Amino acid sequence: MKRSECIAMLHPELEDKVVVTIMGACAQELYDLGHRENFFYLQHAMGLASSIGLGLALHLPRERVVVLDGDGSVLMNLGTLATLARYRPANLVHIIFDNGSLLSTGGFDSHTTSGITDLAAIARGAGIGHVAAVDTVIGFGEAVIEAFARDDLSVIVAKVAAIGPNHYGMDLQLPENAFRFKRWIATRKSAAAPAALTTREPR
Amino acid sequence: MSVSYENSKIVFQGIKDAGITSLSALPETWLGLLLQQAEKDPAVRLIQVAKEEEAIGIAAGAYFAGERHVLLMQNHGFLAAMNGIVSLAMLYGIPLCMLIALRGHWGEPYPWHTRGGIVTEGVLRALNIPFEYARAPKEVGRQIREAYTFSQSSLAPVALLLTRDLMEEAL
Repeated sequence: MKRSECIAMLHPELEDKVVVTIMGACAQELYDLGHRENFFYLQHAMGLASSIGLGLALHLPRERVVVLDGDGSVLMNLGTLATLARYRPANLVHIIFDNGSLLSTGGFDSHTTSGITDLAAIARGAGIGHVAAVDTVIGFGEAVIEAFARDDLSVIVAKVAAIGPNHYGMDLQLPENAFRFKRWIATRKSAAAPAALTTREPR
Repeated sequence: MSVSYENSKIVFQGIKDAGITSLSALPETWLGLLLQQAEKDPAVRLIQVAKEEEAIGIAAGAYFAGERHVLLMQNHGFLAAMNGIVSLAMLYGIPLCMLIALRGHWGEPYPWHTRGGIVTEGVLRALNIPFEYARAPKEVGRQIREAYTFSQSSLAPVALLLTRDLMEEAL
């Protein structure tokens, strides 16, 4: 399957989620489907998308956080899987698109090529309870539906082909993305605050 | 020499007085007593990382979420976090308030700390990261507050170096 098919299936579900994506093809494919203010594109600092997601999820327990990651990025920060497992944010879905390739930098094989390294097994071994490994679009869709319905940390490793978009570029400066992303979260928080007060249990 | 319990308490109180509610850290000897207090304090969330660069991502997430967060690390951890500091925090204008244990500096008896200690200040200057030395327990609370304020106004990394004078005491 193609990563772009998975992201196209996911895109309508991301309207009300806090979304962090890695650089390169993944960011571009998400952007091309339609940018939203709740999308943060980490265009460098490989490996840290899941750490940003952890920081968001722990401090925004009312929001659902989705991280779109890749094999090359996760391999740069394997410790993140252990940190995620330890703090286990129930509102975080960590999707790893595994194309076995450092596609954006010339298509060199990554360590996951030909099944050498199994990221789903590493995630399980790190202590993450809900890990799905999928290689069909239907399987991906089911894993996503289950993860969104589940009140627990979920990791989805999706095997995808090593192909990406034929163009790169966004009409969005990087700090501008950060400012607007932060503002979207702040606006949601202030909108949710009065409702939170009224739904509090009487003392 | 041993880690100063009194001054560890003062540093932790300084963090709390600055209104900080969230900490990321990789435990190290000088930070140990301080982190023990953070673990016990329900008003503060402590997130331990496997490697310090993770904490740069977590701090960015906390900032986006509107949480007041500081990072605690050894200077060797600061060196290990470099690409995250440059290509996440500096690139996107994300503030970082880093409290860094300055090992391998004046009075250092352990050879393994010395190279990192010798280059820390030069690396901070090369990256244009504003820094101050925290030496006196009477000053450190104000220094933490000011470091946090400056990180938020400059939207950039700021470092407060926790020195031997502050963190150790004679047995």
